[in-house]
Parts: sequence; C-alpha cells; structure tokens
Amino acid sequence: MSTPYAKLPAWADYGLIPLINLSVAFIVAGFVVMLVGENPFRAAVILVEGAFGKGTGIAFTLFYATTFIFTGLSVAVAAHCSLFNIGTEGQAYIGGLGIALVCLSLDSVLPWWVIFPIAIVAAAVFGAAWGFIPAYLQAKRGSHIVITTIMFNFIAASVMVYLLVGPLKPAGSQAPQTRNFLAGAELPKLNWIIELFGAKIRSAPLNICFLLALVMAFLVWLLIWRTRLGYEMRTYGHSPKAARYAGISETRIIITAMMISGALAGMMALNPVMGDQHNVAIDFVSGAGYVGIAVALMGRLHPVGIVLAAILFGMLYQGGAELAFEMPAISRDMIVIIQGLVILFAGALEHMFRPYIQALFASVSPKSVGMQAVNGKGA
Amino acid sequence: MDTFNAIVQVLDSTIRLSVPLLLACLAGLYSERAGIFDIGLEGKMLVGAFAGASAAAVFHSALIGLGTAVLISVAFALVHGFASITHRGNQIVSGVAINFIAAGSTIILGQAWFSQGGRTPALQPGERFEAITWPGADAIKDVPVIGPIYAELISGHSILVYFAFAMVPFTWWVLFRTRFGLRMRAVGENPAAVDTAGISVAWLRYRALICTGILTGVAGAYLSMVQNGGFVKDMTAGKGYIALAALIFAKWKPVNAMFACLLFGFLDAAAIRLQGSPLPVIGKVPVQFMQALPYVLTVILLAGFIGKAIPPRAGGVPYVKER
Repeated sequence: MSTPYAKLPAWADYGLIPLINLSVAFIVAGFVVMLVGENPFRAAVILVEGAFGKGTGIAFTLFYATTFIFTGLSVAVAAHCSLFNIGTEGQAYIGGLGIALVCLSLDSVLPWWVIFPIAIVAAAVFGAAWGFIPAYLQAKRGSHIVITTIMFNFIAASVMVYLLVGPLKPAGSQAPQTRNFLAGAELPKLNWIIELFGAKIRSAPLNICFLLALVMAFLVWLLIWRTRLGYEMRTYGHSPKAARYAGISETRIIITAMMISGALAGMMALNPVMGDQHNVAIDFVSGAGYVGIAVALMGRLHPVGIVLAAILFGMLYQGGAELAFEMPAISRDMIVIIQGLVILFAGALEHMFRPYIQALFASVSPKSVGMQAVNGKGA
Repeated sequence: MDTFNAIVQVLDSTIRLSVPLLLACLAGLYSERAGIFDIGLEGKMLVGAFAGASAAAVFHSALIGLGTAVLISVAFALVHGFASITHRGNQIVSGVAINFIAAGSTIILGQAWFSQGGRTPALQPGERFEAITWPGADAIKDVPVIGPIYAELISGHSILVYFAFAMVPFTWWVLFRTRFGLRMRAVGENPAAVDTAGISVAWLRYRALICTGILTGVAGAYLSMVQNGGFVKDMTAGKGYIALAALIFAKWKPVNAMFACLLFGFLDAAAIRLQGSPLPVIGKVPVQFMQALPYVLTVILLAGFIGKAIPPRAGGVPYVKER
C-alpha cells in the first residue's frame, strides 16, 4: 500500500477496530461450535450466564481475571519495549517456587499479613530472575528473546518437575506437589464485596490478589506513561536507533523491561498458590502465561484495556466450565481455540480491516482522518 | 554382547524419535530461509497428526490419511502466510495463534467426532504405515555385529522414516542447486533485491510456506500413524519447539539439521532408557535434566558460546514493496 495509513480518530483506533477484530474472532469460534453440532447462540447465552448469572460465577470470573491481569501486564510491559516475552509461563512457574519457599518456611510462625508482602517480593524476584537471563542474552549476546524465552519455559518446567517430585515433596506423599500451607499462608477472600450487592456465594477463590492486580495495573500505567523509564522503554520500542541516539543504554533498558515483565509474571502465581490451592503443584500455571499474550494484544497494551480483556477471558474460563457441563461436546478447550483466534485477529491480522475502515471514514467525513476536503489544496 | 545390543536398541529408538523432529526441522528450514519465522511448527504438526489419524480411521487407508494430514497442515501454513505475508502481521504472534487454534480444535473436534476423550479410533493394520523389512534382514539377523545393525537399525522402519532421511539431501539440493532454492535464500536475506529482479517476494514466500506445510503434515502423520496407532491430545508435546531449537542448532543447514535432530533424539532415547539408573563416571542423572538438555544446549548456542548462530537476515520482517 503506497499511501501511508491515515490517522483514525482515537475512539475508532482504540474502540472500533479492536471490537471488529474481536467480533470476527468470535464469529469464527461460532462456526467451530456449529461444526461440533451445537447452537452457537445458545452456547453464548450459557457462557455469559455461567460467568455473570450468579454471585459464585462472578467471583470465579474475577478470580481468573486476576491471574490474567498479571500475565497480560507482564506481556505488555515487555511489548512496549518491543520485546516479545513468550516466557511469562515459565516466569510465573518459577515465581511459584519463590512463594513456596517463603510459605513453607514461614507459614507456621507468621500471620498472613506479614507473609503476603514477603511472598510478593519473593515471587517478583524469582520471576524477574527467570526473565533476566534471556534479557541478558538478548542485550549482550544478541540471542533472539522469543527463542530463549520459549526454551526457558521448558527449562522451568523441567526444574519444577524435578523439585516437585523430589526435594519439595513431603515424605510419604505420592502427589507431585508441596505440602499444604498452614493458615498463615492463606490469603483472605474478597467474596464479601460481591455479597454486599446481595448475591450469594457458596465458595469461590476470589482473594485480595485481585486488588493487588488492580494496583499493579495502575503502577504499570504510571511506569509506562508517567516516568522517565517508561518513556525510554517506549522510545526503544518505537526505534532502537533513536533510543541509542538519545543516549539510552540498550542493555539497561532491555534488562529492566524484561525483569519488570518477569516480576509481574511471577506475581501471577500468588493468586492460584496462596489464594486458592494453598500448595504448589505441577503445572499450576496451566497456560495462563500464554493467555497473557492474548489479553495484552486485545487490551492494546494499555492497563485499562488489559483489565477489561482479562475480565473477558476470566468470563470465558468460568463460563466455559459451565458450558462444558451443559454441552458435553464443548469442553473447556474451546477457550483455547477462542484464545488462538483472538491472538490471530487482534494480533497478527490487526491491520486487516483498517484500510476498509479508513476508506469508510475518509468517504463519510474526510476531516476525521486528518485529510482536507476534496476541493482543498490537496491532501 | 549385551551392551552392544543395548546400544543398537538405543540407536534404533534414536532414529524413531528423531524422525518427527527432523521433518519439522526441515519444514522450519524452508520458511525461515525464506524469511518467515515459524513458531507454529508445533501446531501444524498437531493438526497434521489429527487429520491423518482421523482420515485414516474413517477411510481405512493410510495413504488417504497422509494426504489429509498434508492438506490440513498446508492450509494452516497458508493462514500463517495470509497473516504474515499478505497482511504483514507479526510472524511470531501469528505462529502462536496457530499453535493455540491447533491445540484447541484437535481436542474439540476429536471429542465431537469420535467421543473417545479427544482420541481418534485405534488404527487397524492397513490404516497405518507398517515397518518395511529389507531383503535378507531376517536371514542375517543372527550374524554378530552386522546382523543387528542391518536388521534393527537399517531395516524395519516405516516408509516415512526413509522419506524423512531422504528429505535431507533433497532439501540440500533444492536449497543450493535449484533456481527456486537460490531465490528462496535470497528472499530470506534481501527481499528488496529479489523484488528488483522482478520476482514476486510474496509468491516465493508462499511457496516456501507450502513446503513447510507439507513436511509438518508428514511429521504429524508419522506421530499418529507410525509411532502411535491413533491421535492422542497434545501428542506433539513440544516437539515443534525442539525442532525449532534443532534448526537454530543446525544454523539453518539441512545436513546439520539431521545431526542436530539425531542428537536431540538420542538425548530423548537415552533419557527413556536410563530412567534414573546411574551412569558410569557421572553418577545418577535426573530424567528432567536429560529432558531439559536440548533447550539448555540451544540457549548456550544462541548465546554464542558454541559458534554463532546467525539467522537469515530478513527473518521476521514483513516485506514492504515501497518505502
């Protein structure tokens, strides 16, 4: 295309285009449901009702959303620095190791409000450390961050399996997981907030990590758009050459961005480990790191977008569980397809509909795309 | 003699385990040499495995199975092409998307069509590729040294195994001795030069991706129709990523790719064989360490400690005709 993309009004850029991409993803997912022999509209109704129909459903939706806010922010911070961190999965897994070490050693002596901050730091430090090595290799030795982070996911999985079937497993137990934490490492639930609105909740794992996630979303916004470091990261993301010219250290910025990304990924583990399972088990991350990619892309790398996208994916997870119950032909793996389609249409095919929308805007109102009227002195 | 037989057995399983890696690795070689990163090898293999096993079970023919596997895998490769060549999307994002769509759809469709918990029906003889016994293999089986090597290592594999190894010199020939290969390498290094010569960059890259799709399809068919008698969910289990690692390890060269895949296959075979029994000199090695070794080796290589791996220069960058 020889004409450069005309600028769309902000609401179209941040609202309309993601919405169109998302709708296409869901329409294609609807075809898959039809292929399986079920009614996609009924499936959608069951899904939404399962996620928001009852208090318990809402609590579960927000519980899953908490996890995805962390991983989405993690992917987004790296992406602002034009680093594609596929390693969120592994960083979260290793973050769980940090939490396990803190909880296993302190849960019998300290109350939760002392352990929680220590665990946050441990999770962040372990996650950041796992992000540090690929970052260092990218910055200093030029190895491609995508490949190294993928490799580090597998290495993390091997390390954790080794630890969970060996040193961390209590003697005499068969299950590959740590012992259950004592009350000191259990986070308080937030279900009462939803109960304030009159809904009844049987038992749901929504806990204070949700608030931590929202705080982190705010801090990420502050970091990216209101600090010098964030400005440097965005500069490097837009043009590494410009950043170098402006005297920004490439090594420092890559490593810092990846360590922040890794720390956010590591914190994700707090939610399932201390808020729900109260132990660290094999594969407890179960793909949440990869969901983070979809969430970050859908949220256009902005914390507000990410929180909304995370709630949408939380809804898919919770509603998907209900759906599997109502329509046995559709298991929870349907989410994986939707996730893939969202990544495809909101990520890789992001610009597919843009020229058409621009043409539409240009013909309806040339001013809105920054062009002068046709009889003016040229565009 | 026992140690010798044990070694032959390990080498035999090395070959069996490295075949899917080799096919996927060569598949990746075509697309990456043409300048398209392909994280989606894993997903294309998975849909190939599923389509192959399903079609073979329904139509009672191994060949129809193989054909379907290739067809579906090529279709997924074309989706990758549509996103990353035509619409100039991020190639890594597109590859990740393909992996998810593949992982989800194989389970959902498998469950909907066959209701066996995501499996496809067990393949009967004739629906899968049988081992080929070479002439005289049975006769010289008991001859020391040569017997086991000929009967176990060389003979007694399915046609796809021989196909995989035949693809190594073939790929080398295509890449370095044909016009298509020269242009493909050029498009991966400097697409603008190819464009100036009046050759379509997009069409070349699409053709490279079709080659990728064919090979990942065969790799998938091997998994579900040779190694296993049917499809099991997530049966690729990261092999696509190991193949990607092998491709880097091989520095994007076909013959090196074979050795890298044999090395990674051997690590896998040795890990299965040892199962925690102690090694001489080193002592007991945890299975997980052996499993992680290919990834660790690749990271070390990528870090430039064992020679430098330099990818095709235009890899990952969408080609824009005018600037």
